[in-house]
Amino acid sequence: MSLQIYVPRDSAALALGADEVATSLVAQARQRGLEIDLVRNSSRGLFWLEPLVEVQTPAGRVAYGPVAPEDVAGLFDAQFHTGADHRLKQGRVDDIPYLNQQERLTFARMGVTDPLSLADYEAHEGFAGLRRALSLNAAEVVQQVLDSGLRGRGGAAFPAGIKWKTVAAAQAAQKYVVCNADEGDSGTYSDRMTLEGDPFMLIEGMTIAAIATGATQGYIYIRSEYPHAVAVMREAIGRATAAGFLGADILQSGKAFHLEVRKAAGAYVCGEETAMLESIEGKRGVVRAKPPIPALKGLFGQPTVINNVITFASVPIILARGADFYKNYGVGRSHGTLPFQLTGNVKHGGLIEKAFGITLRQLMFDFGGGSASGRPIKAVQVGGPLGAYVPEKYWDVPMDYEAYAAVGITVGHGGIVVHDDTADLSQLARYAMEFCAIESCGKCTPCRIGSTRGVEVIDRLKSGDTKAEALLRDLCDTMTHGSLCAMGGLTPNPVLSALNHYPQDFGLCATGEPHV
Amino acid sequence: MLTETTRQAVQSLVAAKKHLPGALLPILHDIQDALGFIPAQALGDIAQALNLSRAEVHGVVSFYHFFRHEPAAPQVVQICRAEACQSMGADALWAHACSRLQTQGGRSADGAVTLEPVYCLGLCSSSPAMVVNEKLHARVDADKFDRLVAAAGSAA
Repeated sequence: MSLQIYVPRDSAALALGADEVATSLVAQARQRGLEIDLVRNSSRGLFWLEPLVEVQTPAGRVAYGPVAPEDVAGLFDAQFHTGADHRLKQGRVDDIPYLNQQERLTFARMGVTDPLSLADYEAHEGFAGLRRALSLNAAEVVQQVLDSGLRGRGGAAFPAGIKWKTVAAAQAAQKYVVCNADEGDSGTYSDRMTLEGDPFMLIEGMTIAAIATGATQGYIYIRSEYPHAVAVMREAIGRATAAGFLGADILQSGKAFHLEVRKAAGAYVCGEETAMLESIEGKRGVVRAKPPIPALKGLFGQPTVINNVITFASVPIILARGADFYKNYGVGRSHGTLPFQLTGNVKHGGLIEKAFGITLRQLMFDFGGGSASGRPIKAVQVGGPLGAYVPEKYWDVPMDYEAYAAVGITVGHGGIVVHDDTADLSQLARYAMEFCAIESCGKCTPCRIGSTRGVEVIDRLKSGDTKAEALLRDLCDTMTHGSLCAMGGLTPNPVLSALNHYPQDFGLCATGEPHV
Repeated sequence: MLTETTRQAVQSLVAAKKHLPGALLPILHDIQDALGFIPAQALGDIAQALNLSRAEVHGVVSFYHFFRHEPAAPQVVQICRAEACQSMGADALWAHACSRLQTQGGRSADGAVTLEPVYCLGLCSSSPAMVVNEKLHARVDADKFDRLVAAAGSAA
């Protein structure tokens, strides 16, 4: 029997030389007359260990990392293919605490399977949710999603089942399912990992949404910065269609669902759902006023389910194991799990899927091991560029949508960016305004002009004009309440949280503890 | 003016996808994949085939950062400037790149490299990240930058 060796094909592994490691493994094995079966799996999400090479042994899969191409000969010399000791040995994958302390529901297959193998997918519970959905009527499928308590994982946390119910009830000749894979937020990659690492899960989730709502056409809108994700998704759709999981007659059910990838073109604002619809329609990504809501008048004016990648990806397991199974994870009204992405200046950054209720401190220290630089952690931005900078006093608040909202911060999509004490929060606040100015779609004035004025006012404040503080607060108020969408409306989040919690960085003295 | 070959290439790319609902973005991607940029002289043909005005097509091309209005240098270097990369020194990396290539972004002084900012490559746990000629690199510091750019330059 040939040796089974796994080398991830996830972008983050490729960016650290996984292809070169794979080439070297094949060459070394050939030289030594060893027959190997090289599997390009997805990433486990332990990014400080990438490229993480795994070998199949009688005791289970054993991991070595981070492996550089020049380590490969030494690994073979040490007999790593039998699971032998080596300085890069991380032990049995199942024994790695960072992994076995997680609650991986959506990411259960991540790093385990070959992302493009339908056989692998089915062997690991794949399409069990779809088969169950096909055995139910549409209303029962919607009810499962409603009962699971699943809320939109893209950041807004709107109950997915309610959206689906609205689309299901709408009367139209054509309905659509659209997946928002325009994951532009710094500090997030759970969508990218899913697209690259478990594409059939997304296809399955979207197909279930189509069955539940009567949609027959779907689009996945993927950002152009993710070329590997685009390629994997297109290949996966081709394979799923050829095998009858997509197309005119899904698993001989008589139901049709066609799926297509649309590549975005580098506009951050197209992550806003209505701008995304405009973009798919072939227009400038300019935000639409709501109402009408996309569930009633969405893509090409038709009823449209729009969810983020992780929302759709959470659906198969809900159908496969039942709403109660999923609902029992989490706290309060935040049911299920969230794939947290621990990023930035942190020693052990990675993908951590946990039930809601874990704290930032647990994530950053118990999992993350503190800062990468070894310096004290000063601020943590949670929920992307439009999320607040969270100071230490909130690091023990359970991560749950309502508990976070109560102190004026947001969980968002679970992206966490850690900054050490060298960070200048006034600079980060200025960057937030600058980014908004670059990326604003231009439709509404508070966002288009406010962001440019914001940069100027922060510069004035920094140059010692303390009167500019009131002006900045006033401007943020206008942007919050006057912007058409979250781009302008939430840019004040990072700005005001920086100003409130780190006034000294703006050259101001600390003034009590104002709300974020 | 476009050469006749380029014009025919554009027209056949447009014809291949014009039937798609919302065909404009897929068509623009195909043109940029083939030519490396979207020539202004091609907009008229695209507009006509899709029954749009030239202004509408120009509006779309100019809205999206990804579409180029002119060809890039033989070597394209994109450095992520978003928050997670900032937290690990992306600003210093950008400054290093600017001084190394003698540009503030855009074409390098010798014309060999186009340097561009990019906002998130999804490599936020192994930052700072960059792209050299479509290949991703993570945990980049000044030394690694110099090595990668030199290697790509000699390969070109």
